[in-house]
Amino acid sequence: MEDEQSFSDICGGRLALQRRFYSPSCLEFSLSCPRITLRSLTAVTCTVWLAAYGLFTLCENSMILSAAIFITLLGLLGYLHFVKIDHETLLIIDSLGIQMTSSYASGKESTTFIEMGQVNDVVINEAIYMQKVIYYLCILLKDPVEPHGISQVVPLFQSAKPRLDCLIEVYRSCQDILAHQKATSTSLEGGDKIISASNRRSHSGMGAYWHRQEDRR
Amino acid sequence: MVLKAFFPTCCASADSGLLVGRWVPEQSSAVVLAVVHFPFIPIQVKELLAQVQQASQVGVTVLGTWCHRRQEPEESLGHFLEGLGAIFSHKPWFQLCRERGSKSWSCKATHWQGPASPAASGEDQVMLIFYDQRKVLLSQLHPPTALPNRQAGDTTASAGGLAAVFDTVARSEALFQSDRFDEGPVRLSHWQSEGMEASILVELAKWAAGPVCLFLACLLSLISAASACRVFKLWPLSFIWSKLSTCEQLRHRLEQLTLIFSTQKAESPAQLMRKANMLVSVLLDVALGLMLLSWLHRKDLIGQLADALIPVADHVAEELQHLLQWLMGAPAGLKMNRALDQVLGRFFLYHIHLWISYIHLMSPFIERILWHVGLSACLGLTVALSILSDIIALLTFHIYCFYVYGARLYCLKIHGLSSLWRLFRGKKWNVLRQRVDSCSYDLDQLFIGTLLFTILVFLLPTTALYYLVFTLLRLLVVAVQGLIHLLVDLINSLPLYSLGLRLCRPYRLAAGVKFRVLEHETGRPLRLLMQINPLPYSRVVHTYRLPTCGCHPKHSWGSLCRKLFFGELIYPWRQRGNKQD
Repeated sequence: MEDEQSFSDICGGRLALQRRFYSPSCLEFSLSCPRITLRSLTAVTCTVWLAAYGLFTLCENSMILSAAIFITLLGLLGYLHFVKIDHETLLIIDSLGIQMTSSYASGKESTTFIEMGQVNDVVINEAIYMQKVIYYLCILLKDPVEPHGISQVVPLFQSAKPRLDCLIEVYRSCQDILAHQKATSTSLEGGDKIISASNRRSHSGMGAYWHRQEDRR
Repeated sequence: MVLKAFFPTCCASADSGLLVGRWVPEQSSAVVLAVVHFPFIPIQVKELLAQVQQASQVGVTVLGTWCHRRQEPEESLGHFLEGLGAIFSHKPWFQLCRERGSKSWSCKATHWQGPASPAASGEDQVMLIFYDQRKVLLSQLHPPTALPNRQAGDTTASAGGLAAVFDTVARSEALFQSDRFDEGPVRLSHWQSEGMEASILVELAKWAAGPVCLFLACLLSLISAASACRVFKLWPLSFIWSKLSTCEQLRHRLEQLTLIFSTQKAESPAQLMRKANMLVSVLLDVALGLMLLSWLHRKDLIGQLADALIPVADHVAEELQHLLQWLMGAPAGLKMNRALDQVLGRFFLYHIHLWISYIHLMSPFIERILWHVGLSACLGLTVALSILSDIIALLTFHIYCFYVYGARLYCLKIHGLSSLWRLFRGKKWNVLRQRVDSCSYDLDQLFIGTLLFTILVFLLPTTALYYLVFTLLRLLVVAVQGLIHLLVDLINSLPLYSLGLRLCRPYRLAAGVKFRVLEHETGRPLRLLMQINPLPYSRVVHTYRLPTCGCHPKHSWGSLCRKLFFGELIYPWRQRGNKQD
């Protein structure tokens, strides 16, 4: 089943969060970034062409104008193919792993898949970004050497940069699936730990993730 | 608990039968490798699986049943399939079912308790993951961490969930040898059922590779034995060989060719890729060299080059003379010490005169030499570029000499100045303790020391200016040589075969996997498609880079500036030093 909600990102642009619920163990979140606007495109093109015309009046060489057209076209293609992200998708499959896909405006997709065995936890962290303090969702990876240590932090939704309300939605659903996964994996090892693990994980209030971060420090 | 079943896409349209594959208990996943069709004799199936298990060290068993139904469901088939669970006991027992012509699948995994109490059997949810068997068989995972050794056994192969799937498929080659169209006792369906793949050219090349490799290996060993003979180890020759970058490049190529044509088989996929990369690099090199040669001969550029060489050398020498005359006057308005200026200027002018005479002596032989050198381009573009770099070094040898003279003079002056400055302040350098200590000098020592210090200080601008000018010239020549070496290194080290493979067959080099959720209906099991995520180009170049005879400068910018300031000689290309590293 699908549902769509609209949120805003840290700069105030509109974001659309689409959630697809395939089964209790498989969930997909798709966050679409604000599109490229005609206004910004026109502004950039006009600036480049005015600068080229200014150079042309100085140098009297018509190659500059054709070069400016080339540069604008190539720049736009390069921007659409390498820089502008259209939407970011997070797919969580219980007992398999977590997959992040970024789709660019030209249709190119770049995917990363992290196996469930490497995932320690999914948390919301704070960061200082330019002059702001923002929240971001990230995956903590397990350290192969130390069982409870963290080797790497993988941030999610880096281009969309949603605000806390959107992040909490995603966080809650991720924690439900992770809790279920941890419960089944611990049930393979020993029965007593299940109850305590699921009790800890089923906290879905806002205060809970602060707790968890303190534990990790 | 959710179980995972990895199902090959080629078997999705196969007729009903038994599922054969490997069960990985740590991941609760079953990797289906093939489907055994009816009719079969259970004893023969068990024999085949035992053979495959022995050959490939993979625990291949019967995992369950596969039912590809027609429109009318057959009751007897259903009961028959369930009865098979008693013959081939496996926990859990999978029952996959598909309706022909529709996309709805159903799967059950049961823990068979026994024929007496079928009601006590538990059912688990199953997640179906489709994978392309041929691509997974041929691909090679490049995880950030290394996988354990192949020969270590079955248990260690289960480290890393998805790596286990790749490993299982790759090692089960023995299972894929017989097909359902063969006349054997057991009829299997797997990726080869879509059509046996083979290429005549590849088979012929494999067959011919043996004798060709043997012949070329003998030839190369003869050449390397000849080049290692005693004549070349004598002092003048060995010194010259070590300084010329051409010899370095030739040696590097000889080593690479020896490795490519060695009669030993490659032990690991990485070694095979390296051999292939080297071969493609050598072939490209030779092709570019032949193109250069044909271009040179077409326009008769060699003759023109030979005619132009002497005037160019003369012109360079003349420019240097003008420069020295300028230095001997009042360069940039600075006032030089007349006597020292004249001495140094005349010394360098005489050098240039000697150099011009030497060039004029060589002029009748230039064209011959250049023609032979041009022929060497058929050994490769890199050899031609190395020869160009060596020719530049030889033609600018006088600049190198001037730089050395200027640097030594300047270095002496700086050391003298620093030592006398310490004397001026009443200190001394303690060699034993490697530090500056105070010292009491006699009066006459102080007097002479101060006098010498003053002289050196007043002579400093002249020496410094000569040093500066010749260092700049030398750095210019070094920069040009450096660019040529960079190009040579690029051709040497770029892994073109790997890049081509990444472009044309991206599934061969896998960074990981990606999943796509297929059409889902409520009540039906979740179906995913597993595709191979290819390695990005930057990682391909980084992983498969060929080692070069790379004479990279060993010092950083800071130490370079420090050496320039103190007048120590800089050797950008430590060719001889590299061999000992």
